[in-house]
Amino acid sequence: MAALRKLPSDAAPAAAPPRGRLGTVAWMTSLGGVYGRLPLKAKIGLAILGVYILVAIIGPLLAPYSPDATSTQSIPEAPNIHHLFGTSATGGDVLSQILTGTRATVVLGLMTGVIATFLSVLVGTAAGYLGGYADEGLSLISNVFLVLPALPLLVVILGYLPHTGEVPTAIVLSALGWAWGARVIRAQTMSLRNRDFVLAAREVGERPWRIIVFELLPNQIGLIAASFVGTVLYAILTSVALAFIGITNFSDWNYGDILYWADNGSAVQLGAWWWYMFPGMATAVLGMSLVLINFGLDELSNPRLRSSRSLRKLGKRSWRPADPTPVILDYVEGSL
Amino acid sequence: MAFIARRLAFYVVAIWSAVTINFLIPRVMPGNAVESAISRFQNLTPQVVKALEIEFGFHPKGTIFSQYLQYWNNVIHFNLGVSTSQYPTHVSTIIGQTLPWTLTLVGVATVLSFLIGTLLGVFTAWRRGGAFDRALPALMLLQATPYFFLALLLIQAFAVSLTWLPFGQGYSLGLSPGFNWSFISSAITHSILPAVTIIATSVGGWMLQMRNVMLTTISEDYILVAQAKGLSTRRVMFTYGARNAILPNIAGFALSLGFVVAGALVMEIVFSYPGVGFTLYNAVTSNDYPLMQGIFLVISIAVLSASLLADIAYAFADPRARSRSAF
Repeated sequence: MAALRKLPSDAAPAAAPPRGRLGTVAWMTSLGGVYGRLPLKAKIGLAILGVYILVAIIGPLLAPYSPDATSTQSIPEAPNIHHLFGTSATGGDVLSQILTGTRATVVLGLMTGVIATFLSVLVGTAAGYLGGYADEGLSLISNVFLVLPALPLLVVILGYLPHTGEVPTAIVLSALGWAWGARVIRAQTMSLRNRDFVLAAREVGERPWRIIVFELLPNQIGLIAASFVGTVLYAILTSVALAFIGITNFSDWNYGDILYWADNGSAVQLGAWWWYMFPGMATAVLGMSLVLINFGLDELSNPRLRSSRSLRKLGKRSWRPADPTPVILDYVEGSL
Repeated sequence: MAFIARRLAFYVVAIWSAVTINFLIPRVMPGNAVESAISRFQNLTPQVVKALEIEFGFHPKGTIFSQYLQYWNNVIHFNLGVSTSQYPTHVSTIIGQTLPWTLTLVGVATVLSFLIGTLLGVFTAWRRGGAFDRALPALMLLQATPYFFLALLLIQAFAVSLTWLPFGQGYSLGLSPGFNWSFISSAITHSILPAVTIIATSVGGWMLQMRNVMLTTISEDYILVAQAKGLSTRRVMFTYGARNAILPNIAGFALSLGFVVAGALVMEIVFSYPGVGFTLYNAVTSNDYPLMQGIFLVISIAVLSASLLADIAYAFADPRARSRSAF
């Protein structure tokens, strides 16, 4: 494992010595460098996500049938050569519905991720950097948003906006999903605020927004990325759940819409497993890829979290970097 | 106890926000909730239409501020209006019938999931690279799985294919709720699949967080010292390690409760479980705005109260929290 030979501080951008001002080129190189050093988990996650994004772009062209197609049959058809993923009770091709719906699902997730992360960064850095009353107020607001149960509130709000499209849904999801990221980014900003390079920039007379954008943000890019990925996961799972309840637009074939029709058409009671299994697995694998990416980002900033991969063999025993019982086990083995 | 006082103040603000959001939603949303309710239900009497209009702020009497005070007065007296889909039942009556189901099921399942997950996290960290650690990716898949999808799979496996367990409703048809064995046993067998769904999807989160904090804790010197002294493994693991590593999990409990409840609401819809989630679903599909808003309010208050309890537990578990100011 190449990752093993690197020192922990080398592999962790969050713990790396703070760099000062970064130009555009430096930003790009630093992002490229991060990708090269990503743990295996993050690389697998990114590869899966890449496939989904590709399907989101070209999926509707690949779909063999129209997702809205209906036939005169009244029972769902099991997977066969014409319908690889089977059909719904009204004859809709499940594969085509998934290929078409990937776009709505992924776009909604990414859109919410971008809007909510922007809000998180804005509130988090402002609260952490300004301190005082601004911090108290902004933290209070974000903590209130954290403890309010988001899904019932979403259901109520979207209940008033029935069958809306992606953009209003993404805006409502973002409005309720930014608080966690803001909290994490605020904590990191507070720990960076009094480092020498920030104090120096302030001494030189840099304006606050310049310090935030060019000194603070580049040093928490890993945290912002993790917050983005977490928000996308939240947005995808929530939007699929909302579509499953049946309060968003049916025509965009979000994975939740397919599941909504499957549940409405008693797919389980009919034994039509393909009708809900494929869209459900599509959601789960997409979610899994995001969880994997976040695991990788976590391990990058905290090497202790690496699991069995970081075992080292010394003699016949394998040692773990933070093995709790080296003394005793060694003694017992020696005496045997 | 300054910590608890501060937390109390925070939850007062949070509840105030929930009530205020609830007051504002019908007043800032496009479209006329009353008209859609009226067009849907032709049999509403003029009094009910008038009551709905006042409740949702159409043809308002007085300023927005006096409406707001009136709204607070109603909330404090638990007067949440009349359901339009189950007219003329009061919203508070409907919630009173459904809330116990959800509180029992979600409460028991959440506590079980927290205990199991935390315990598994302790063992996983202690035996890093062991069987549990290798199973983590599978648990991550569960974590990324929508609740309702897992619920569908469980129904397919245990209710449709194997017919071991019933599904749908909270108890068998033909029984009436009461304190007798046939009803209680029926309610318990009906709640097994929903509870397993909640536990399976949320246990991974607790386990992962516990594992990660525990890994950091057991590499501390005092753990090594405790082992060098010859204390039993169990004592070191729980009294020295887990006792200190559990704090973030307790603190996280308050914050993740909202997610657990949200998942449980959707799960209820799949199982047609007679709790507030299923009622919320019915309210949405029948445009029953008073019921929707009443349910949001009650869920918010329940979640906030549980979070407050978790915070108080945290203050008892962590002496530092009592002296530190934290919002």
